[in-house]
Amino acid sequence: MKATTREFKDNARAALADVGLQTALEKMETGFVVNRANAAAKLPEFEALRDQGRDIKNHTLENLDFYLEAFEAKVQEAGGHVHWAATSEEARNIILDICRSVDAKTVTKGKSMIAEEIGLNDFLEENGIAPIETDLGEYIIQLRNEPPSHIIAPAIHVSKSEVADAFHEAHTELDPGRNLDEPQALLDEARAMLRQKYIDADVGITGANYLIAETGSSVIVTNEGNGDLTQTLPKIHIAVASLEKVVPTLEDATALLRLLARSATGQEFSSYTTFSTGPRRSQDPDGPEQYHVVLLDNGRANLLGTEVRDVMRCIRCGACMNHCPVYSSVGGHAYGWVYPGPIGSVLTPTLIGVEEARHLPNASTFCGRCESVCPMRIPLPKLMRHYREKAFEEKLSPVTERAGLGLWAFFARRPSLYRWSTGLIISVLGVLGRRRGRFRSLPFTKGWTQYRDLPAPRGQSFQQQWAARSGRRTLGT
Amino acid sequence: MTSSRDAILGRLRNSLGRDIDGEDAHGEPSARLDKHPRGIIPARVNRDRGRQKELFVEMAAAVATTVDRVETADFVPGAVGDFLARHNLGADIRMAPDDRLSEIDWSKRPTLAITSGPSAGNDEVSVTAAFAAIAETGTLLLHSGPSSPTTLNFLPENHIVVLRASQIVGAYEDAWDQLRAAGKMPRAVNLITGPSRTGDIEQTIMLGAHGPRRLHIILVEDD
Ligand code: SF4
Repeated sequence: MKATTREFKDNARAALADVGLQTALEKMETGFVVNRANAAAKLPEFEALRDQGRDIKNHTLENLDFYLEAFEAKVQEAGGHVHWAATSEEARNIILDICRSVDAKTVTKGKSMIAEEIGLNDFLEENGIAPIETDLGEYIIQLRNEPPSHIIAPAIHVSKSEVADAFHEAHTELDPGRNLDEPQALLDEARAMLRQKYIDADVGITGANYLIAETGSSVIVTNEGNGDLTQTLPKIHIAVASLEKVVPTLEDATALLRLLARSATGQEFSSYTTFSTGPRRSQDPDGPEQYHVVLLDNGRANLLGTEVRDVMRCIRCGACMNHCPVYSSVGGHAYGWVYPGPIGSVLTPTLIGVEEARHLPNASTFCGRCESVCPMRIPLPKLMRHYREKAFEEKLSPVTERAGLGLWAFFARRPSLYRWSTGLIISVLGVLGRRRGRFRSLPFTKGWTQYRDLPAPRGQSFQQQWAARSGRRTLGT
Repeated sequence: MTSSRDAILGRLRNSLGRDIDGEDAHGEPSARLDKHPRGIIPARVNRDRGRQKELFVEMAAAVATTVDRVETADFVPGAVGDFLARHNLGADIRMAPDDRLSEIDWSKRPTLAITSGPSAGNDEVSVTAAFAAIAETGTLLLHSGPSSPTTLNFLPENHIVVLRASQIVGAYEDAWDQLRAAGKMPRAVNLITGPSRTGDIEQTIMLGAHGPRRLHIILVEDD
């Protein structure tokens, strides 16, 4: 996928003016956010599981070379193949070669962010192979010819009437007068259209939520069951995964699974969690004849030695974007590349470079909500700050921003002056903004609010509130 | 692709500050693979078997799985027939070639038209047998093998699973131990928690996306 991260500011401005998108994004608060909170509340061990999840991933990363080799040996023992790809290009070519080995015409695909990262669909099409997305959200955006805007809900920005338009346009063999007003009618049509495609496909490509070193299994987690049809019915199953997806044992995968669905959709567990190990066995009545895993590096092995290593713990649950005030204002497309939201603001500069993605670490209010919900306790604001500083050091940020940071540094060294001035400004803004609760623009801070929806201050700065509470002695005893 | 493999492993070892042959510091990880230690297990599963069964039924219902409880396997054919009638389905069922199913006396419901084997995509109803069930989240564990085609779990619109109460365990980890005891890891292990669903159109939850619209468990209370 071609990155448009450089245009983050223009993208964000357009997104703020898009009424349909704003309606869709508002639903996240009552959906994902509330559901996650309920799921976490229902499991008393949730916080302890988060600590454990972080520790499992840290241990695995610390021994990544060992676990990857152990995984490879187990896959081979089960009759499967492991392919190591240093770059996106290498991964694409490996997949193409496998497809060509059976003269594949169509390929079904389960949802895979790594396939997005390596730009697989365009590449297969250029080479005469038709990729068919089978996750409903991915299918919708494939018909609309656009990238996903959320890592677990790729079509979150699309309204049902837009889905109906896309279906009317694509499914020309059906009665043009049919009624597609209700989501159920849309679902039934997609189900019927994709059914035969699963059966006809020569190759099925999925991602992997985890790879298990103990057993040589790739694991996918879905609610629709599309991934299972994709990896069961064709002759060949290819799982494409990045290096850090490996975990040691079934128990370790289980520990992370207890966090994944709860953090993502607020479900206790997703409908389908499937562990695939090698190809069809000699007595098996169904399943693929070949099983391949493509392991993608794409810069991650080097990343492991840097300050941003923590980002490799990510299990791609999407909680950080669901809870992000910037994401909920501008949506995923504004970020301009595969991974949106706070995780994208950290991963994108890592994967495509600070120069290309320098706006993203700034797409933050540093409110800390992402870190507070991240199941893997990734310090996202700290990592964004790291890239922000890096861009500053490399003099990639514009003069106005540099002057602004210089000014902030001036105040930071003079705390009393800072307290006085922020208190003053916040009081003023509190009065101005109280009616709407959110700002879409502010006269004298254009560089900030033109692209960020600033929450209206409640009339007191944090430091004032802290002082007031301590004064009433309500903190501590 | 040996060269990329070596290059990637070399970069990893470099990043991790390890000797180039990677021989040091692997005692702990290889012990972890052998011993697969358990981590935190939610306290909700710590209860006697009877109450574990109730937890399973409760959690299954919460994800829209329907559960029909019968006293012995003799009642399974009747329960299948009732399910078909309740949902206005035809008499055809596609069954897994599993001994635990074939030993049931299906002549008790002579109207059922039973065929056996994997699904080619045109079956309305499948009947399979579970390997285990996990009370923690109302999850079924089925796995592939000569007697359990994976396609039966996903292609038909209605999936009926015959489960014995003695197969219900508390946590996933208990099921892993049983799986290890049964032999090598099967090609596909399916953890199934409710029917297929999607929220991809305007975040509205709908059942029956690509997999079964209905998941129905016939629970044989053999305990
Ligand atoms: S950074 Fe954390 S919250 Fe965001 S997707 Fe990754 S694991 Fe989830």
